[in-house]
Amino acid sequence: MSRVVFLEERCKGCRLCVEVCPMNILRASGRFNRHGYEVVAMDGKCTGCASCAVMCPDTAIRVFKSSGRTAAHEY
Amino acid sequence: MNTEQMPDRILVKGNEAVAYGAVDAGLRCYFGYPITPQNEIPEILSELLPEHEGVFVQAESEIGAVNMLLGAGACGIPAMTSSSSCGISLMQEGISYMAGSHVPGIIVNMSRGGPGLGDIGPSQGDYFQAVKGGGHGDHRNLVLAPSTAQECYDFMFKALDLAFTYRNPVMLLGDAIVAQIKEPVRRVPPAGTRTPEYLQSLVEDQRIEGYGARGKNARPRLLKSVYLAEGALAEHNRLLQRKYADMRKEALFDCEDVDDAGLVVVAFGSVGRIARSAVRQLRKAGHRIGLFRPVTLYPFPDEALSALARGRRFLVIEQNIGQMAEDVRLAVNGASPVLWHSVMPGLFIGANELVEPILQALNG
Amino acid sequence: MTYANNLHPQQGEKMVFDANPVLNERVTHYCPGCHHGIAHRLVSEVLHELGVADKTILVAAVGCSTFTYDYFNVDSVEAPHGRACAVATGVRRARPEAVVFTYQGDGDMAAIGMAESLHAANRGEKITTVFINNTVYGMTGGQMAPTTLIGQKTTTTRHGRNFSNEGGPIRLTEIMAGLQGVAYAARCALDSVKHVRKAKKAVRLAFDVQLDGLGFGFVELLAGCPTNWHMDPIAANKHIATDMIPIFPLGVFKDVKET
Repeated sequence: MSRVVFLEERCKGCRLCVEVCPMNILRASGRFNRHGYEVVAMDGKCTGCASCAVMCPDTAIRVFKSSGRTAAHEY
Repeated sequence: MNTEQMPDRILVKGNEAVAYGAVDAGLRCYFGYPITPQNEIPEILSELLPEHEGVFVQAESEIGAVNMLLGAGACGIPAMTSSSSCGISLMQEGISYMAGSHVPGIIVNMSRGGPGLGDIGPSQGDYFQAVKGGGHGDHRNLVLAPSTAQECYDFMFKALDLAFTYRNPVMLLGDAIVAQIKEPVRRVPPAGTRTPEYLQSLVEDQRIEGYGARGKNARPRLLKSVYLAEGALAEHNRLLQRKYADMRKEALFDCEDVDDAGLVVVAFGSVGRIARSAVRQLRKAGHRIGLFRPVTLYPFPDEALSALARGRRFLVIEQNIGQMAEDVRLAVNGASPVLWHSVMPGLFIGANELVEPILQALNG
Repeated sequence: MTYANNLHPQQGEKMVFDANPVLNERVTHYCPGCHHGIAHRLVSEVLHELGVADKTILVAAVGCSTFTYDYFNVDSVEAPHGRACAVATGVRRARPEAVVFTYQGDGDMAAIGMAESLHAANRGEKITTVFINNTVYGMTGGQMAPTTLIGQKTTTTRHGRNFSNEGGPIRLTEIMAGLQGVAYAARCALDSVKHVRKAKKAVRLAFDVQLDGLGFGFVELLAGCPTNWHMDPIAANKHIATDMIPIFPLGVFKDVKET
């Protein structure tokens, strides 16, 4: 499983990441950052394709891919 | 054409003197668009500069040229453009941006008659445009007014020095007479000339946000004229005005026979030179007349004029419909009468034609 | 899944997407869903990969892109509206060792600055121009651009752009490709992940021709302006695919390295 970090204070709530995620695991979270933009939440298994980050106009997403075997951390 | 092999004394037009002066003073880049009566400048530099490892670009327009000048100046490189009235009007946008961004550069205006397409004869109709800023916003150019080919040569050194000292556009305001008159020029750097390398080092002065990329500084440098934050533009303009106040010490003028004069003729550029002939002629005939020729039009030598005001009247002679006369009146500030004689743009006049108006002013 | 902002790879992790140091950490002034941010990132990634950021000079234009220089860790010069290519000419000629690029919108590049743009390209200036075509004037509030589509409503074409009165959208990449000084000219779009990845390659090639001294590098990026199109960002992306690309075909129109 991959790890995706959303830098929520950079997010402007445009949802382009939600739209382009091939796994359809991103959604509006119902939470708002201090600028008033609704940030994104992730539910489900991420493949680490980074489509969301490539499409994000605000460089608000970082993606890390686990090699699988050593993924002792539960994210 | 190797300028090093040229003799120290040459017979050249004002335009040619500008070109040789620019190269000898250390000019690295020229950008321009052809227009009469200044074409010798780009023509000569198109050959000279590449031979001196410099850059010559014939731009697509004066707008292109002045913005190339902005780009080169923003990198702290000695650069210039030249044009004539109509083209200088097109450049005003870029000149305003240069002033607003603290970018040095030299703009030569061998002006012609206007308004509109006018003619290619002599005129001083661009005085206001040159000395009051010319473009939008509260900005000023340093303005030098040569009256001889020798001054065309010498003032290129001065212009480069001023441009880099103040990080400001410097204009050389000549006209068709100065541009086309052919006379001997001593090709020697004027006394006090500083090296281009030293002048370029001045742009590192960090009182003002720094210069274009060198790849040496971690802090990115930015040259801009936009200040949107509240109060930022006010602060930027205060800085510019402090700079313009500093420039006042650069005022230069030429004075002749003023001590005992009852009338002082005030004239600049080529008309200043013609007026000098008339004044000398009248001096010989026993009239107490002097000449005051502003050499820098901005800063205007108003303190020197003001100091002369007591007990003397002034006659401003200029080839326009009365522009510098306003600055003379401001300088004199009512302390003595300021008369004015206009030579219409496009006319070629001789000293004889100025004798009568001068005598009228003396006796009137 | 976590919201913890641990931006470093943990044990057994590989970073697959990171920011790069050429783009600073400032949050941009651009509207939500605006593609300028993507274009900025692509350019910064290319400069980072090429390792030339510390000798790069950005010439900023006027429009939404004026403040480009606030986000790039490179030296910058502000140009008057439309004059970026002329300013860049001066910069590149004065400092031939520098890498120079302009970043201009459609109004700046293809309306007021058409002469400066085409002539710099025709001279083969060794600069790179990133041209953002979103068919509208963004900064001034949504007026008609030279690239506005026929029928597109803007604040100055209230009933839609009408060819008989306003002419048609300018296809600048095709014009650029016809000029001898242009070494690379391509049009890409920023509406999908696939297109963004392609655009990155085009931006890279547009810088490569500059670094190789081959001439003017030009890349046009079809970009979304949700605010002035009065669309949400997702609809704006679809608009690029369905309405813009048919008028502005994607592709490499000139590449001297390939010919």
